[in-house]
Amino acid sequence: MIEVTNLSKSFDGKQILKDISTVFEKGQTNLIIGQSGSGKTVLLKSIVGLHQIDEGDIVYDGDSFVSMNNSERRRLRQDMGMLFQGSALFDSSTVEENVRFPLDMLTDWSLEERRDRANFCLERVNLKNVNHLFPSEISGGMQKRVAIARAISLNPKYLFCDEPNSGLDPKTAIVIDELIKELTQEFDMTTIINTHDMNSVMGIGDKIVFIQNGVKEWEGSKEDIFSADNEALESFIFASEIFREVREYHRKVKK
Amino acid sequence: MIKLLFLNKKSGMLYHLGKYTLFLKKVFGRPDKHSVFFNQLIREIDKLGINSLGIVLVISIFMGAVVTLQTAYNIEMPFIPKYTVGVAARDSILLEFSSTMVCLILAGKVGSNIASEIGTMRVTEQIDAIDIMGINSAGFLVLPKVLAMIFITPLLVLISMGVGIFGGYLAGTLTGEVPPAEYIYGIQYGFRPFYIIYSLIKSVVFAFIISSVSAYWGYYTFGGALEVGRASTKAVVTSSIFILLFNLLLTQLLLA
Repeated sequence: MIEVTNLSKSFDGKQILKDISTVFEKGQTNLIIGQSGSGKTVLLKSIVGLHQIDEGDIVYDGDSFVSMNNSERRRLRQDMGMLFQGSALFDSSTVEENVRFPLDMLTDWSLEERRDRANFCLERVNLKNVNHLFPSEISGGMQKRVAIARAISLNPKYLFCDEPNSGLDPKTAIVIDELIKELTQEFDMTTIINTHDMNSVMGIGDKIVFIQNGVKEWEGSKEDIFSADNEALESFIFASEIFREVREYHRKVKK
Repeated sequence: MIKLLFLNKKSGMLYHLGKYTLFLKKVFGRPDKHSVFFNQLIREIDKLGINSLGIVLVISIFMGAVVTLQTAYNIEMPFIPKYTVGVAARDSILLEFSSTMVCLILAGKVGSNIASEIGTMRVTEQIDAIDIMGINSAGFLVLPKVLAMIFITPLLVLISMGVGIFGGYLAGTLTGEVPPAEYIYGIQYGFRPFYIIYSLIKSVVFAFIISSVSAYWGYYTFGGALEVGRASTKAVVTSSIFILLFNLLLTQLLLA
C-alpha cells in the first residue's frame, strides 16, 4: 500500500501539484487520470522519488519515503518496477539484455540464473524468440511488453506505469492493460497507472484518482464514476459520444 | 553583462560550475557492480578511443607534413642548417599539435557523441529507468567514459606524435625540401623527453574535460531532439574553450 499525504510540488515557482492526498491499495490497479498537463506524470514521478517533493509525504507500507536516507531509498527502489511512456528500453542492448539489466546490476545470481529469470519474465508477457533482437527491431506493443518484463524482473512490490497505452492501437492497448492487471494480482503488487485512456479506466480501474490543474478533484471506483457528482470529471470522462451513450445505458439499467 | 555571464540564477557560469561539481560527485560514486563496470569500461575504450584512431592518424600525418613544409619554406637563409626543420617540426608536434590539436578534434568527435548519447537517453527516460532501479545513473553511464578517455587519449597522443613526425619525414623527403638524414638528425637534436611528459599530462587533463563536460551537458538535457542537438553543440564549444584555457594554464605551470 502507498499512502500519499498533502503532496505539493512546484517547478520554478509554478505550483504543479497542490496538497494531494490519497491511498493506493495493494493488489489493485490504481489509476491516476486527468487531461494532458494536469500533473499526472509529475505526481507519478514524485511518488517514485524522481522528483523531490516540496511538502507532504509518501508512505510505502508504513515507511515514510521523505524520512528515508539514501541507502534506504536505494533498497526501496529495488522493490519498484516502472513502465515508462516511451518504454525507455536501452537502444544498444538486446531484448534479453534489457530484461536482465536489473538482475545484472542488483543481484549476485549466476548468468544462467539471470537468463532463466529473464526468459521467465519474457514468457510471462507472452514474448518468445525475441531475446536477441534490439528494441528498434520490434513493434511498439512488443517494446511495452519488454519494458513490463524488465519492470517485473526483480519481483517488485510496487509497479508504476506512465501512459502504458500511448502510441498503441486499441487492441494492443487492451492486451497491455489486461497483462498489467493479471501481473498485479499474480504478484500481489501495488500498481499505479497514469492514463487518459477511457478504455483503461473502464477496463481495469479498481481505484481511480482524477487530477485537474494539479488538484485531486475526485477519487473512487469505476462503478462510482457513473454516479459521480463532479462537473470536471464528467466533462473529462464523458467527452466522447460513445462514453456518453455508455452512461445513458448504465443509468437506464440502474433504473 | 557580468551578472548575465556569471551570476544568472539558471544560466550563469557560477550556476553551471556548481552544478557541474555536484555532477562530478555523483559520477565518482562507488560503481554499483564492478564486473558490469569493467565491461562498460572496455566497451567505452573501444567506442571512444579505438574508433577515433582513424581520424587521429589522418590528422597527424597531414599535420606533421604541413608543419615540416611550412618550416622548410620559411627558412631560406643558407646559414641555418636544414636539420632545423626537423627540430621545429618535432617540437611543434610534441608540444602542441599532438596534444592540443588532437584533443580539440576529439572534443568535436567524442564530445558530441557523449553529449548526444546521454542526452538522448535522458529525453527518452532511459536515465530515469536506471535511477528508478536505485542505480547511480551518473556513475553507471559517465564514469566508464571518463576513465576510458583518460586511459586512451594519452595513447592516441603518443601515436599522433609518432605519425606526425613520420608525416613530416615523408613530406620533407618526397618534396626534396629536407634531406632524410638532416630530418632524422633534427628530430634527435636537443631532444627533451620532458616534452612528451608535458604533452601526456595535458592530454589527461583534456580527456577529463572532454568526457566530463560533454557528459554534463548530455545528462542535464531536457526536452526533445532539438535540445539534444543544442546539448551536443554546447558540449563541443565548452570543451574546446576549456581545453584552450587549460592549455595556457598548464603551459605556464609546466614549462615556465
